[in-house]
Amino acid sequence: MTITGDTPPDAGNEPVSVSQALSDFSLDDQQNSLSDVVRASVTRLKSGDLGSVPAVLAIIVLVAIFGLSRPDSFLSLLNLANFLDQASSVIVIAMAVTFVLLLGDIDLSAGFTAGVSAAVLATRLQDGWPLATSLLAAFGVALILGLFTGFMVAKVGIPSFVVTLANVLLFQGILLLIVRDGGSVRIDNDFINNVVGGTLSPAQSWIVAVVGLGLYGLSQFRRQRLSYGAVPMSLVAIRLGVGVVLVGVVTALLNQNRAFASAPQPITGMPIVIPAIAILVVVLSFVLDRLRYGRFLYAVGGNREAARRAGINVQWVEWSAFVCAALVAAIGGIFLASRVNSVDSNTGANDTLLLAVGAAVIGGTSLFGGRGRMINAVLGGLVLALIPNGLGLIGKTDLFGWEVDFSSSGVKFICSGLALLVASSVDALSRKRTA
Amino acid sequence: MSETASAVASTTTAVEPLLAASGINKSFGPVHVLHDVDFKVFPGTVTALIGDNGAGKSTLIKCIAGIYGMDTGSLRFDGDDVHIASPRDAAELGIKVVYQDLALCDNLDIVQNMFLGREIVRRGMLDEHAMEMAARETLASLSVRTVKSVRQPVSSLSGGQRQTVAIAKAVLGKSKLVVLDEPTAALGVAQTEQVLELVRRLAASGVGVVLISHNMNDVLEVADRVCAMYLGRVAADIPTGTGVKRETLVELITSGRSGSHGLVEGRIV
Repeated sequence: MTITGDTPPDAGNEPVSVSQALSDFSLDDQQNSLSDVVRASVTRLKSGDLGSVPAVLAIIVLVAIFGLSRPDSFLSLLNLANFLDQASSVIVIAMAVTFVLLLGDIDLSAGFTAGVSAAVLATRLQDGWPLATSLLAAFGVALILGLFTGFMVAKVGIPSFVVTLANVLLFQGILLLIVRDGGSVRIDNDFINNVVGGTLSPAQSWIVAVVGLGLYGLSQFRRQRLSYGAVPMSLVAIRLGVGVVLVGVVTALLNQNRAFASAPQPITGMPIVIPAIAILVVVLSFVLDRLRYGRFLYAVGGNREAARRAGINVQWVEWSAFVCAALVAAIGGIFLASRVNSVDSNTGANDTLLLAVGAAVIGGTSLFGGRGRMINAVLGGLVLALIPNGLGLIGKTDLFGWEVDFSSSGVKFICSGLALLVASSVDALSRKRTA
Repeated sequence: MSETASAVASTTTAVEPLLAASGINKSFGPVHVLHDVDFKVFPGTVTALIGDNGAGKSTLIKCIAGIYGMDTGSLRFDGDDVHIASPRDAAELGIKVVYQDLALCDNLDIVQNMFLGREIVRRGMLDEHAMEMAARETLASLSVRTVKSVRQPVSSLSGGQRQTVAIAKAVLGKSKLVVLDEPTAALGVAQTEQVLELVRRLAASGVGVVLISHNMNDVLEVADRVCAMYLGRVAADIPTGTGVKRETLVELITSGRSGSHGLVEGRIV
C-alpha cells in the first residue's frame, strides 16, 4: 500500500495509481441517487449549515400569510412588479456588503457610498455630461471612497466598524455638499430612469426568460458532468423543471396588463430589474466561486493567519474587498436614483444600509466571515421587501380585539428588526454548532 | 515496521544528509538561545527533535524555515550550501513546516485548503477538477483512508483528520523536508496511531521528516534518530536502533546527559 520509491510524492506528475486513489474516496465518485442527495443535505442542515434555507422558508411563509389575508392587493400583478422594484436597491447594496461580510468586516457606509455615487451621476447628467462619462465619474468617486475605506481598515488597522461609522458622517456630508442642503437633483436620462420601473416588451421578456433558462441549464449540466455522478441527473431535471415552471409562470404573468383599469395606458412586460439583478448575481458569483480572488476572500474570512501563511496578501485582499463593495454599492446607487428619478440628501440614508446588511444576513451570509453567497443577498432582500410591502397592504386590522395599524412605520420597523434578529440568531447558533 | 526503519536508518546514515545545519548561534538581545547547534536530517528517515520548553527546538526550526535569521552558522540542503532568508526561500527548497495550530480554514474543504495560495488556474479560472485529482493522489500516496470525501469542509473533520490534511498540504508539490511540530499533542490514542503511521509512510516515501514531540513513546515508536536539546545546545544526537530507552531520553531532556550520552560542561562527549 505504501509508496516504496525513493522520490517524494509529487502531486503533479508522479503516476501514483489513480484507481487506488479513487477507491479511497468512494463518496466523491459514487453514483448518488436523489435520496442520497436529499440525505446529504439534511445532514448538512443538521450540522448547522443552514445556508439560505431559512430565507426561502421565510419567503414562502410571508407570501402565504399576506396572500391569504389580502388576496386582491398583495397577489395583484401590479404589486408583484412594484415589490420587485422596491427590493432591487437593497438587494444590490446587500451584494456590495457581502464582499466585506465574507472577511468578517462590516461596511456601515455602503448606503451613503451609493448615495454619493448617485449624486455624482445626477449632477453630472444635469450639467449636460454624456451618460458614459457621468457613469465613469460616479464609479470613479465610488472607487476613491472604497480605496479610502480599505486603506483605513487594511493598512492603518482601524476596525471596519469604526471606520465605516465615521464614513457614515463623512459620506453624508459629501452627499449634502453635492446636492446642497435640502436640494434635490432631478434625472432626465431615460436609461437611468428605466433601470428601476422600466419594463421590457413582452417579446423581450420571453427572450430574456429563455436565454436565462438556457444558461442555467447549461451550467447545471456542466456541473453534473464534472461531478462524475455525484450529482444525479434526476436532481438536474428537477432543478431545471422548477426553473422552467417558475420563470415561465412569472414571465407569462408579468406580460399581462397590470395597470389599474383607469390607467391611461397598459403596463406589460418583465421589469428591467429582474435581468439586471440576475446578471449582477451571475457576475459576482463568478468572482467568488471561480476566481482565485474569491477563494482568497473566503480564506481570509475563514482563518486570517492560515491565509497569511499560505502566502495570500491579506492586507491587499481586505483593501480590495472594500473597493469591490464600494463599486457594487455605486450600482446600488443607480438603482436608488432610478426608482425616484432623482437624488436628494436622503438617497441611501435612513434604513437603506441596515436593510442591506440585514438582507445579506437573513439570506444566510455570516456576520462572522467566511460564509456567504451572492444569491443570499437576493433572497434576504426579498424577505425584507416583503415585510413592509405586505404589512402596508394589510393596513388597519382588528387583531384579537385590538386595532393595529400594520401599515404604520412603527410596526414595519419592528417586524424588520425582529426578522434581522432571528436571522442573526440562526447565524450565531449555527456557528456555535459547527465550531 | 521497526526492522525496515532501522534498515533505512543504517543505509542512509552512510549517504549525505538532506539537511546539515552546523554551528548555528542565535541570540535574542542578551539571551543566547542557540549555542553552536549542529543538526542533521537524512532523507527517508524520521528525526525526532526533543527537549524541554525553552531548550531551543522552536528557534532552531524557525531558523531552518527562514522565519528567524541565524547569527552565525551554515546550512547545507540537498548537497548545496544554501542561505534561507524567508519562509518563501524555505518553501522553494522543499522545506515545509506543519505548525501546531495547523493553519487550516474551517470554512473551506480539504481540496481548497491543500491548494490554498497555490491554486491551479486554467484560463483565468480555478481548475477545481485538476486540484481535486491532485489532492486525492497526494492523500492516496499517504494511504489516507479515513477521509470519506475530499470535498468535506475541514470543520467536519476530527483532530487526527485535520492533522492528516495539514501534513498532506505540506507534502503536496515538491517537498523534501517536512517538519511536524507536536503533531499528536491534541490527539486521542487511535488518532495518534494514525498520525504516527502517516509519519512513517511519509519517511518511507523518501522525505526527510523532523518530528518535534514531548511524547517519548511516540518518539521511540517512530523516530530513526533522536536529537535532544538542552538549554540551547544539542545534548545528544543518537540513532534509536541502538536500544535507547525512554529513561535515557527523559534524562537527556531534563539534565542534558544520561550515562554515556550527553553534555559535559557544554560539550558533547
